[in-house]
Amino acid sequence: MIEIIKKEFNSFLSSLIAYIVISVFLTGIGLFMWVFPETSILNYGYADMEALFSFGPYVLMFLIPAITMRSFSEEYKSGTIEWLLTKPLTDWNIILGKYAAGLLLVVFALIPTGVYYYSVYQLGNPVGNIDSPAVIGSYIGLLLLSAVFTSVGICASAMTRNQITSFVVAVFLSFILYSGLSSLAAINVWAEFSVFIEKIGIVYHYNALSRGLIDTRNVFYLLSLSTFMLLVTKLIIGSRKW
Amino acid sequence: MSIKISNLTKVFGKQNAVDNISFEVEEGEIVGFLGPNGAGKSTTMKIANCYLPPTSGIVEVAGYNVTEQPLLVRRNTGYLPEQNPLYTDMYVHEYLQFAGKIHGLSGKTLKNRVGEMISLCGLEVEQNKKIEALSKGYRQRVGLAQSLIHDPKVLILDEPTTGLDPNQIVEIRNLIKNISKNKTVIFSTHIMQEVQAICNRVIVINKGKIVADDNIASILKGKNEIIILAEFESLPNPDVFSSLEEVKGIEIKEGSKLEFTVSEDIRSKIMKVAAANDILIIGIQVESSNLENIFHQLTTVKQDD
Repeated sequence: MIEIIKKEFNSFLSSLIAYIVISVFLTGIGLFMWVFPETSILNYGYADMEALFSFGPYVLMFLIPAITMRSFSEEYKSGTIEWLLTKPLTDWNIILGKYAAGLLLVVFALIPTGVYYYSVYQLGNPVGNIDSPAVIGSYIGLLLLSAVFTSVGICASAMTRNQITSFVVAVFLSFILYSGLSSLAAINVWAEFSVFIEKIGIVYHYNALSRGLIDTRNVFYLLSLSTFMLLVTKLIIGSRKW
Repeated sequence: MSIKISNLTKVFGKQNAVDNISFEVEEGEIVGFLGPNGAGKSTTMKIANCYLPPTSGIVEVAGYNVTEQPLLVRRNTGYLPEQNPLYTDMYVHEYLQFAGKIHGLSGKTLKNRVGEMISLCGLEVEQNKKIEALSKGYRQRVGLAQSLIHDPKVLILDEPTTGLDPNQIVEIRNLIKNISKNKTVIFSTHIMQEVQAICNRVIVINKGKIVADDNIASILKGKNEIIILAEFESLPNPDVFSSLEEVKGIEIKEGSKLEFTVSEDIRSKIMKVAAANDILIIGIQVESSNLENIFHQLTTVKQDD
């Protein structure tokens, strides 16, 4: 499995995907945090990282499918999937290897945002006047969210040999899971179930984590969502044997 | 027994891609797996590599059952899939290292194996190129090199020479011959000459069924029809030769040539008859195209059952 991770990560690096993803993410979030007048911390007056954690998911919603869209689709298209699946590797080795490589790249994109935290920390008046537990909680939330988006992306990629289809499906699924469900919950027709529907969506749990309270229920929800998507992927990859 | 297939059937939808076939391949044997397109060659090979599961039947490769011990089977087989899929954005040596690592090689062993494979397959000059920059022949060598990297007991090659130019075909054939010493090799093709050039035993498959499993010589003998092409200085009357009892048919060909369909190689008799009748033969040969005839007969006649 380590070999798959290394190989996938190397191909991110050699195909420029890694650099593009990291720079687009950091530039995008940087603009929201420091430049755009509506959202800039400098105008806002409160020392928090709200911009990163509220816009981050929407940026990742597009970037992560862009990272994962090729993972299986390209193997299908070029036929290398047959080569890979006839090596002494289990389906899980391959799926988890690709998943871990994608997630690793997202983590590398998130790490530099630590600089933003440091800047806000220093800009606070008095220095250090920032709700650090909330930031830590939000980071954990963002990481788990990335894990879900990556698993959705991997799953979408396993469904089709067309990378564009895989990208669109992944973005759409991520969107529905993230905020689509909670927006649907607001419709009056199923008012009785609206709390339940909202809880199925990610944003409810993500916001809970953002407050700095690491509730195992939220963590468990996000982890099990990733696991579920990976199980579906395994099912799709294994379907050749049906 | 390196490969043991008994009563293998594979059904896709309603179509029997492979229909109750059984054969065994001994250790050290090179077997040609011959058949027209869509005969079930690739399906059989995919099953032997645990890529597809059999619908029914037992397949054992290198002593392991493909449905029960797929990882052990894969660890002991080298496989070159049809069309030779490669990660074209990788460098040759990088790709071979990746293949080696997947098979659990590491450190010095890995480095040595990659080096050996590169020199065995003649990739020294190309080893630092990206695979996408290689010609088809060299890609095929890379495919062979990766299938051999872990020194497998069994080598399964699916149409290793398709799409190559004649020189490359000869090179790849020689390569297969070289590497196949003390390994069990099974390779598929739809070119009969190829089988003749590389190996002794041939398994002919058509419509999912085995129609012949023997060495080449006896298959040739079994079909007692040989084509002899003789070229004359000036075209003689074909009736002169019809007295020979082995002659089944004579056809006049362009350029004062006669094509004899005969039951055995009677070139000397034809020469004698010609000499007796004062006819000058300037060339006579057994047509190699009879291989194709046999292939044609084997794979078309038995369609009804």
